[in-house]
Amino acid sequence: MVESIVLSGVAVGCVYALIAITYNVMFSASRVFSFTAGTLGMLGGVLGSLFIARIGMPVAAGLVLALAGGAALGIVTEVVAVRPVLKSLDQHLYVLSTLALALMVQQFTAIEWSTEPQPFPRLLDIARGEFDQQFWLPMLACAIVIIGLELLYRHSLVGHAFLAIAEDNYAARALGLPERRLRMMSFALAGVIGALAGFAGGEMLLAFFANAPLLTFYGFVPVALGGMGNNRGAVVAGILLGLFQQAANFLVGGIFASVAVFTVFIIVLLARPEGLASAALRRHV
Amino acid sequence: MDTQATQSRPNCAHLLGSVNTFAALPFLVLMLVGVSFPLFGGGYWGVIATRACVYWVLVSGLNLVVGFAGQIAIGWVALLTLGAYTTSVLVAGNVVPALPPYLALATAAVVGAIFGLIVGLPALRLRTFYFAITTLGFATIVTQVALAWQSVTGGGVGVAGPVFPEPFSSQWGFYYFCFGLAAICTWMTANIAASRFGRALTAIRDAEVAAEACGISKPVLLGAVFLFSGAVAAVAGGLFAALQSYITPDAFTLDLSVLFFIAILIGGRSSIFGPLLGTILLTVLPEFAAPLVAWSTFLYAVLLLVIVLAIPGGIAAILDFKNRRPLESDRAIIPRPNLLERLFGAAPDAGALTLEQVALSFGGVRAIDGLDLEIRPGQVHGLIGPNGSGKTTTLNVISGYYAPQRGVVRLNGAEVPVLARHRRAPMRIARTFQTPRIVGSASVLQNVMIGGTIDGEGTFVESLLALPRHRRDEAMLRDSAMLALAVVGLERLALVRADRLQHSELRFTEIARALMLRPAFLLLDEPASGLSVDEITRLSELLLAISRSGTGVLLVEHHPDLIFDICHYVTVLNLGRTLAAGTPAEIRSHPEVINAYLGK
Repeated sequence: MVESIVLSGVAVGCVYALIAITYNVMFSASRVFSFTAGTLGMLGGVLGSLFIARIGMPVAAGLVLALAGGAALGIVTEVVAVRPVLKSLDQHLYVLSTLALALMVQQFTAIEWSTEPQPFPRLLDIARGEFDQQFWLPMLACAIVIIGLELLYRHSLVGHAFLAIAEDNYAARALGLPERRLRMMSFALAGVIGALAGFAGGEMLLAFFANAPLLTFYGFVPVALGGMGNNRGAVVAGILLGLFQQAANFLVGGIFASVAVFTVFIIVLLARPEGLASAALRRHV
Repeated sequence: MDTQATQSRPNCAHLLGSVNTFAALPFLVLMLVGVSFPLFGGGYWGVIATRACVYWVLVSGLNLVVGFAGQIAIGWVALLTLGAYTTSVLVAGNVVPALPPYLALATAAVVGAIFGLIVGLPALRLRTFYFAITTLGFATIVTQVALAWQSVTGGGVGVAGPVFPEPFSSQWGFYYFCFGLAAICTWMTANIAASRFGRALTAIRDAEVAAEACGISKPVLLGAVFLFSGAVAAVAGGLFAALQSYITPDAFTLDLSVLFFIAILIGGRSSIFGPLLGTILLTVLPEFAAPLVAWSTFLYAVLLLVIVLAIPGGIAAILDFKNRRPLESDRAIIPRPNLLERLFGAAPDAGALTLEQVALSFGGVRAIDGLDLEIRPGQVHGLIGPNGSGKTTTLNVISGYYAPQRGVVRLNGAEVPVLARHRRAPMRIARTFQTPRIVGSASVLQNVMIGGTIDGEGTFVESLLALPRHRRDEAMLRDSAMLALAVVGLERLALVRADRLQHSELRFTEIARALMLRPAFLLLDEPASGLSVDEITRLSELLLAISRSGTGVLLVEHHPDLIFDICHYVTVLNLGRTLAAGTPAEIRSHPEVINAYLGK
């Protein structure tokens, strides 16, 4: 029993961590948190199910198309909901514009896809086992994304440019970096990561439009607790969240597990608004 | 001069009076339509009209949170759910013996107020997006609990809503009940909007540091607003349950929350009438587009996006004809310092404001390093020094933005509390900011009235109900603010939206706002930057007059002329230490100052 709690906990936690990374990648490029992060995860599952199960494409093609769909939504987010309100960041209009976009995608999916959870196909043709693919695929995806991002940020020119923009937007622009193009690329990358989260966790979470608000919330918990922009903190916090949630699920039942997660989240946030892993000084005047 | 001022005041009062009547007109029209509605609408339209009233009861309260205080509370449907279940369950008698509907509704209001506070309070600690997410999370949780707690809520099967006794049991009877409550909510929130509390809320939204400097306590004020907003939301829930006659958790989707939220945004911030119109619009609109009913949330979302991107001001901004009239282009600021006496009354009797051995470093940088400073009443004390010498940091220690690592700030011998920014105003320490912090969407007069917030005596509840003390406060604040505006020379712009003013006018507006405190000490952070030569001359006359009336002025400034013309005493800082201190004449001839700062 403990094994299955740990397995499913880590697996779900990896999906949350990936959504958290999605938030972070968008945040570093624009100083904006976007409500579309969870929507991307939902979309990854729905598109995967659509292309592979409903249309009958090969798994690889389905994966590529689902990720492309995520990238497209990422770019749309940047163009429609983020860029127009960036100049008045202090008014927090981005909260509303990204919420609006997330709701539009979510409702469109509910109406055109289904309001009921749909099954997600098994991706690899191997027998079901204790350590099943539905558990290790999200873990694998999480590991790939973490390593990929490290390589990108450390060893590529584009990665350095991403970091420069995250560090100091104005200075980066003054250096002549194409800030707008880099921001769009960041959002596309975030879209790919978000869609991958939903795709890899598809068998567990199913292809369901209502996953969007759930992932938006549970994916944000690791961001808040791990410290914004901190991917490693997000992975640790995400896996802890998954474990805590699954354990509470088993011990006190699903409903009270979400109450417990919510309560812990609020208490930790109130105690450490900057997250557990970082401390930032805010300048008022 | 004095007669001129008295002449101009009745004139302005007349102006304000006509604005108030004009502002009430749309409400009266709506009221008339609402009262006579049963004459021309029937059957199903009665349900729609009742629903609009119920929604407005909730939205009116939420409007104070979202539209005025600017807190993005997205999941407010949670309080509707809570109120609906509390009322229904208490009337049904699932937990305690069945209560009469009115008592159940009142209990729901209390429960709603408490939960409104619980949901709202994270807003004090968390940033915008974090707060939005927590309210969203709360909404999800409440629905899940309603679904799971079957013995009380009936789970997915649901529970019957309350039925109100005669005369409110018939359709139109219930409509008038809801309409009456909606009208009361409109009246109460309009009272708040026009009170020092309403202005303080907008100050928290648009200029939080200025709000603190005016002595506005964010926790207390937001706490009151969350209590009120939670209570009316829960009452709306009870009415909603009665209207639906049967409730299940499905009835309380996030879509409703979005509807409430968008109604406010369509309406426009800091407006009561706009969101009222928005609520009616959004309730009625789906009825005209029956084939699109499945798409309604999608369309709301589209609407939200369009509003945010295209008309962030909402309906209220579109209807704001008054502020589209062009302003005179060649207007001069002519302060009338001789009116100060009337504004201040008796001279404040305070001892000196002193800094003793104050030190503060950021990381390895010593911003101020053992600074002693004494600002005496009735004197202008200049604080100069090169960039990074610690001038603004000193100001920020005095006004409580930074806690000094060593040393104390004393006022008249008593220690000024560390970091409690809103506790400076009651000690009559006022300040202005390097970049003016102004509520752009409020009028100049309202901005200045914010400065006097702590001098009001009425409570939040008294303002809610427009009791005499509230009206006395408002009259007093308006008179003082007009006087303060006359002192700085801006009374002709009193009714203009502040974001239409020029930079120099904003600086003088800030000074007027600070004067509302009748400050014993006035801290000015580079008040002359961006001012023309003429304006600097007038500013210096004004500052001298302020100091003559007994106020101690601390002037942080780069303009050497201004400093040497009006200061009684000058402290020169370098690298966080006092390089020299003395009268302007002494400083001018001080060899080190000449070397380090003034040049030869």
